[in-house]
Amino acid sequence: MKPDDFSFLAQLVRRRSGLVLRANKAQFIEGRLTSVLRRFGFRTMSALIHELRHGRETLARAVAEAMTTNESSFFRDRAVFDRFRDVVLPQLLERRKDSKRLRIWSAACAAGQEAYSIAMLLHDHKLVAKGWTVDLIATDISSEIIARAEGGLYTHYEVQRGLAIRRLVAHFTQDGGNWRVHENLRRMVSFRTFNLLDSFGWLDDLDVVFCRNVLLYFDQKTKSSVLEKVADTLVPDGVLVLGHTETPLTPANAFVPVDGTSHIYRHAKAAVQRLAATG
Amino acid sequence: MKHCLVVDDSRVIRKVACRILSDLHFQTGEAEDGVSALAACRAKMPELILLDWSMPNMNGIEFLRTLRREKGGEHPVVLFCTTENDVAHITEAMSAGANETIMKPFDRGIIEAKLAEVGLA
Ligand SMILES: C[S@@+](CC[C@H](N)C(=O)[O-])C[C@H]1O[C@@H](n2cnc3c(N)ncnc32)[C@H](O)[C@@H]1O
Repeated sequence: MKPDDFSFLAQLVRRRSGLVLRANKAQFIEGRLTSVLRRFGFRTMSALIHELRHGRETLARAVAEAMTTNESSFFRDRAVFDRFRDVVLPQLLERRKDSKRLRIWSAACAAGQEAYSIAMLLHDHKLVAKGWTVDLIATDISSEIIARAEGGLYTHYEVQRGLAIRRLVAHFTQDGGNWRVHENLRRMVSFRTFNLLDSFGWLDDLDVVFCRNVLLYFDQKTKSSVLEKVADTLVPDGVLVLGHTETPLTPANAFVPVDGTSHIYRHAKAAVQRLAATG
Repeated sequence: MKHCLVVDDSRVIRKVACRILSDLHFQTGEAEDGVSALAACRAKMPELILLDWSMPNMNGIEFLRTLRREKGGEHPVVLFCTTENDVAHITEAMSAGANETIMKPFDRGIIEAKLAEVGLA
């Protein structure tokens, strides 16, 4: 790829999805573009870039989507999910026992493994049977991956990474060589396509936001702005769950770690309010 | 170093499994059927057993039921490998005393994930 084609492409992708493409990955990036190339019937990469420069919307969207990494797994980073299950969720259920409402968002959900993992934990508490209203929202920029997530169909390999066999048997049905999430869990999750760079106006009063393994692809400015928007959507005692390698160091310092947990954070506003109340 | 016994009548599968497990820092031993696996366990009880289902001379289910009744036989973590990957077989393996089930074919990623599942990663 010519250097100015590459920088045009990198700019387009960064503007659309926040993802930073590095020049030393050019070959890898071209690899990812070949599926778009084929799908839209281009012969060469430069023909594709040429058309992109002329601003074909569907093509630009497909290119941005093709650049995403959709790697995920059930209960990814087990320790984080264990702490969520053992520390965060019980506290939250206690604090919400009067309102019996819970709103959780999986903010870059890939093929849905994260959302269904959360759904399984909520299912363990039989919340729906106990009269709770549970909103579990799951979004991703890629419409293709959202369609997969809604279908809830996973391969032999996917269901054997992070998922205990008893959970597989309890929540999935065999479908050919694959496994499909049961209808009751699928109904717990509302999937929709959503770009984290867009306005979060439709999202509010969230108790928990899972925003994992996506911020690491963004530059510092984008990361901060997404985190600030996340902070705004959370209720004062809301909780943010990040990926294994991510920290929420924003200039605004909106988050502090939840005691005894790693990668799980509380809104700093609540911590400040607590300090004010006790001091 | 933890000791893992790989029980499978296929030499190829035993070899593949042993290679993965020694990469994951297990000391490995092999047995080709339930009878020789039982003898190996009586000589030295392993921490982990990777167990195939269908084998001549005592299949995996029979072996596991017998093992669990042996002195010390409750200790090894047993990862049961099923080929008939349906719920009925999985349930049978679990109720015979398996700690976790692996559906064949497996690869290194699956073995690693299952070891994490049983707290041996
Ligand atoms: C590596 S996956 C992480 C999935 C899951 N959260 C996890 O931790 O396993 C990253 C996901 O972020 C999505 N993504 C990338 N940029 C995005 C954006 N601007 N808005 C929303 N989702 C985005 C990708 O499509 C991809 O599915």
